[in-house]
Parts: sequence; C-alpha cells; structure tokens
Amino acid sequence: MELKKINDYTWEIPRQGQMRVPAVIYASEKLLGTIKKDQTLEQAKNVACLPGIQKCSYVMPDGHQGYGFPIGGVAAFDLEEGIISPGGVGYDINCGVRLLRTDYREKDIASRRRQLLAEIFKEVPAGVGKGGVTKLSRGVLLEILAKGAEWAVENGYGTKEDLTLTEENGRMKEADPSYLSSRALERGIPQLGTLGSGNHFLELQKVEKIYDPEVARVFGIDEEGQILVMIHCGSRGLGHQVATDFIELMENKIGSKGLPDRELINAPIKSPLGQQYYKSMCAAVNYAFANRQMIAHWVREVFARVLGSSAGMRQVYDVCHNVAKIEKHRIDGQEKLLCIHRKGATRSFGPGRPEIPAIYRPYGQPVIIPGSMGTASYILVGTKEAEELSFSSTAHGAGRVMSRHEALRRFRGEEIKNQLQAKGIELQSTSLKGVAEEASAAYKDVDEVVRTSHEVGIGRLVAKVVPLGVMKG
Amino acid sequence: MEKGKKFVYLDHPADAKFQAFGRTMEEAFSHAALAVASLMWQPEKVKPRQRRVVIVQGKDQEQLLFKFLSEILYLFEAKGFLLGTVKDLRIKPPEKETDSYYFLEAVFEGDNLDKSYPIFGEVKAITYHDMFIKQNDGVCLQVVVDM
Repeated sequence: MELKKINDYTWEIPRQGQMRVPAVIYASEKLLGTIKKDQTLEQAKNVACLPGIQKCSYVMPDGHQGYGFPIGGVAAFDLEEGIISPGGVGYDINCGVRLLRTDYREKDIASRRRQLLAEIFKEVPAGVGKGGVTKLSRGVLLEILAKGAEWAVENGYGTKEDLTLTEENGRMKEADPSYLSSRALERGIPQLGTLGSGNHFLELQKVEKIYDPEVARVFGIDEEGQILVMIHCGSRGLGHQVATDFIELMENKIGSKGLPDRELINAPIKSPLGQQYYKSMCAAVNYAFANRQMIAHWVREVFARVLGSSAGMRQVYDVCHNVAKIEKHRIDGQEKLLCIHRKGATRSFGPGRPEIPAIYRPYGQPVIIPGSMGTASYILVGTKEAEELSFSSTAHGAGRVMSRHEALRRFRGEEIKNQLQAKGIELQSTSLKGVAEEASAAYKDVDEVVRTSHEVGIGRLVAKVVPLGVMKG
Repeated sequence: MEKGKKFVYLDHPADAKFQAFGRTMEEAFSHAALAVASLMWQPEKVKPRQRRVVIVQGKDQEQLLFKFLSEILYLFEAKGFLLGTVKDLRIKPPEKETDSYYFLEAVFEGDNLDKSYPIFGEVKAITYHDMFIKQNDGVCLQVVVDM
C-alpha cells in the first residue's frame, strides 16, 4: 500500500480506488511499525470510501485494528449526504474516562492506601455478572437514558458542578429512549453503577510530572505527589445491545452490499433509521454518564469515610472516547455542522470552543488518556491546531498490540499481580485471568502515544500520572 | 479442520477470535456457542438445572450465527443465565430463494449465575468482522467478538 510521509509524525494514504478522501495516520516511526502489522491501514482506507466523508479518514497515534472502523479512528460526515455507523462509534458507546482531583498527597494516604482500595472495591460493583446496587424500574431507567448524569445528581450522586465538568454537561439532549429495544433495557437494568471488565478500571493515582504548570493548575492539578482518581468505563450491556440492534436493523433495511467489511454497515444520517440510531446512541451515552457519575460519588464517599473528608475532590473532566457527535468545524474556510465519529479517540477542543466549560475555555479542554494496567496515564490539553488536523481529536489510550489469547499464554495473573506489588501498586480484581489479559506488555507504549500527540499538536502534554492502586473488574 | 476439536482461539490484537468446527452446520453452531461461553465461564462446569429455548431468524447464515451467539450474551446479562450445553439445535434454510429467512431453534441447558461459578471475562458483542462460514467436508466457521 502506498504510504506517503508528510512529516516525522504524519503519513498519508493518497486517494485511490473507491476512496473519496485520503487517509491520514498520526504516528511516530515506531508506532507506525506496529500499526502496519495489522489491518489498521486497510480499515482507514475503507472508511475513506464511505458516502459524505469530509477531508480525511484519520487514525490517531494509538490506532489499531478494530472491526470495520479502526480503533483510534476519526471520521466526519456531511449531514446531508453522509452516513452514521454503529461500527464507527463502537459497541461500548460512551466508553470514557472521568478524573477526580483531590487535596491529598501521597504521604496522606500512604498508610491507608490498601484500605482505600479495598473499600472502593467493596463499594463499586466491579466485574461481570455482578449486578448494580440499585434495583431499577423500567420507568427510572428511561429517565436515566433521557437525562444522563443529571438524573444521578438529582438523586444525590454528586454535585451540579460535576455536570458542568462533563462533556455535554453529562447529558446528550437528543436522546430518545423510546427507540431502544426491550433487550437493551433488560441488559441495562442490572448493570447501572457497575465498572465492567476487560480494559475498564478504576485507579488511585499520583501526579508524577507536570509539563505545563499553568494549565495543570486550571485543571486542578497543583503539584507532583497529588492524589487523583481515574474511572474508565462505559455503557455496559445496554450500549452493546444498542449497537447490535442497529447493526441488524441497518442490515435488514439497507444491506451491506458493496461494503468491504460488514461491520461498516451504516445508514444515511438524514434517514429515519440513521436518526433513530443517533438518538438511541445518545441515550446510551447518557447511561454511561450516569454510570460514571454514580461511581465517582461512591469513590468520594469512601474517601470521606476512610480519610475523614472528600472536600476538594472536584472533577477535572469526563470525556467520551466512543461516540458520534454533531459539531461545527471549518471545511475549506466554511463553518459546517458535521457528524464526527470518534471510535477510540478523544475530543480535544482547543481554546475558545463554546462546548467546553467556561473555566477551561481560555486554555482548551482536558484530554484524559488512560494507560494500560499499571502504566502511566496522561492529562493533555486540546489545541486550536487539532481543529485543522483531526477534527479536534486525539488518542484515547495505549492501544492493544497483543491478543488476549496470546497474553494468557505469556502471562500469569498471579505473576503480574506480584510485579505490580513490587512496583508499589496495589491491585484488586475479580479475576486473575482478566489481569493476565490486560498485562501492560499487551499494549502499546502509552508514553510514545502521548508524545506523538504532543508533537503533532493534536493534544499537548500537561501532566503524567502513575497508579498507586488499581481496581479491575 | 483440526480433528476432534470443537473450537480453537486465534490471535486478534484487540478482541477474541475463534474458529468452530462440526460435521454439520448445526454442530458447528453449537460449538461456536461453547467457544463464546468459554470466554466468560467454564460451560463444562455449569450444572444443567435450567432450560432455555432459543429461536432466532436471519436473512443469511452469517446473520443467523450473529443473532444466535448474541442470545448467550443477552441471557447472561439480562437473565443471569449461564450456558452449559446446547441441545437439539436445528437450522431450517429458507424455502424460497428470495424474501425468506433461515430459522434456528435450540435448547440451552445451564444454570442461574451464583457464586459457585467464577466469571472471568466479558464478551461485549458478537461482530461480523472477519466472519466466515465454510462448508466442505464439514463446517468451519470463524467469529471475532468484542471484549
């Protein structure tokens, strides 16, 4: 495949065949090496063939092979001629990350770290097959789907300030829960307020390094050694079912003829089915916002109980990294509303965007990039350049390089747990098999991913954080 | 096809990929169900205390497989049901060339989730990515699931 080097961190697949636009990959030489080993480039090319795509099909530095769309893929579609695709959002709708700051320092929690983590593990339902704590009625679930984190705050989980520090203020207003299948609701009822398994986690972290003190301070990150809490999870079975349902509906109504991969199934965004998917997706987004809102609330309760206070545990931000959104962007100098698909990519709005909280508007939004289990995570800030370069998007994590199957062959959960402990990282998990699958060696080097984002200019480094305790579902 | 094997897992960077085998389509579908269940719990350890009748239709074999395997996830997450074995799986092909569906009927034997069954994984969804169903001497099918 022809791959043109634009600069040290930018590569282009020029238009060819059915491609309507070129594909652009942001990667260092090293990251490109791994990207080339799987189907990522082929998948980015396939996305470039979809109707109404604008400018480029993008791959973020953590890009890897998905199904249909690559993970780390960003694609914008015209609202008149374009499409919307469940595969372009991903099965885990509004998988995302929430970050809480604290006034605590490493020394303040040193003696009670293990207890803190154990209490959080007790309080937050973790893994699979573990029902949520609230027994929901269908009526309440519908309300949650319509109102998202707003519902949670109205019901005593957290504060109004949390909402202003969440993308979309914790609620996508276009949500219409009436389009969700009964199955989606049934899967959603027992799982509200659960973390889930796989790559999802909750971490106690400390700030290891601050790159940009001014922006860090605005985000609530004051100094090295400060304790933070990161929550990474999504819309659970409800979101997965929404994706599954609409893939089938689109197959039956529109069909996948002519698509290079059946997972690229889509509907014109203007069509009734396209709109129904969008409104259902928004409902699943809201479920995930409510989910993270509740989990954050329980974490604060544990801090208050164990350490005496949860004052100062302000939310830094909450970002979605599997989502489609209607946003205004400039195309050839013209402002235009577009449907931006981010599948394993984080929005990275720069200064001045009206969508971001007023306190961050002069600087850009916080971009939260979780690493893999036991490695560093990063806080970046969105940039003006990202609008031009990637429809205001950057990476979302480390990106897998090794299959779960191979990870299981190579690692033992017990060993990984001991290694983490030797590094001073506590681990609480429901399954040692899950621990082996998520071994950090199965992931790309997150340091290289964020460095690339910084160099390209689609998300600039603000702070590096490292885990002190990990809870895995 | 590997002789005697019901299914094998293959490498896929993000998710889980498997191939399932059978002398017939019915057998390969049943083995595929066990491959999905085995990513989350040990189906061979699940006691046959409950029965669930599963009926799905699909406009082609791939959609039939996609929907059949999705049943396992739905029954687990919404009903707390763990699949142990698949019984009496029958597939009825379309009667006419056009405008007709494949039908599948099967009985899932298994048990309700409780503490005696360790759950070690979570399959988010079945996908069509890299899916194939090949029928020669026997049947070999391939599925990638999102984890």
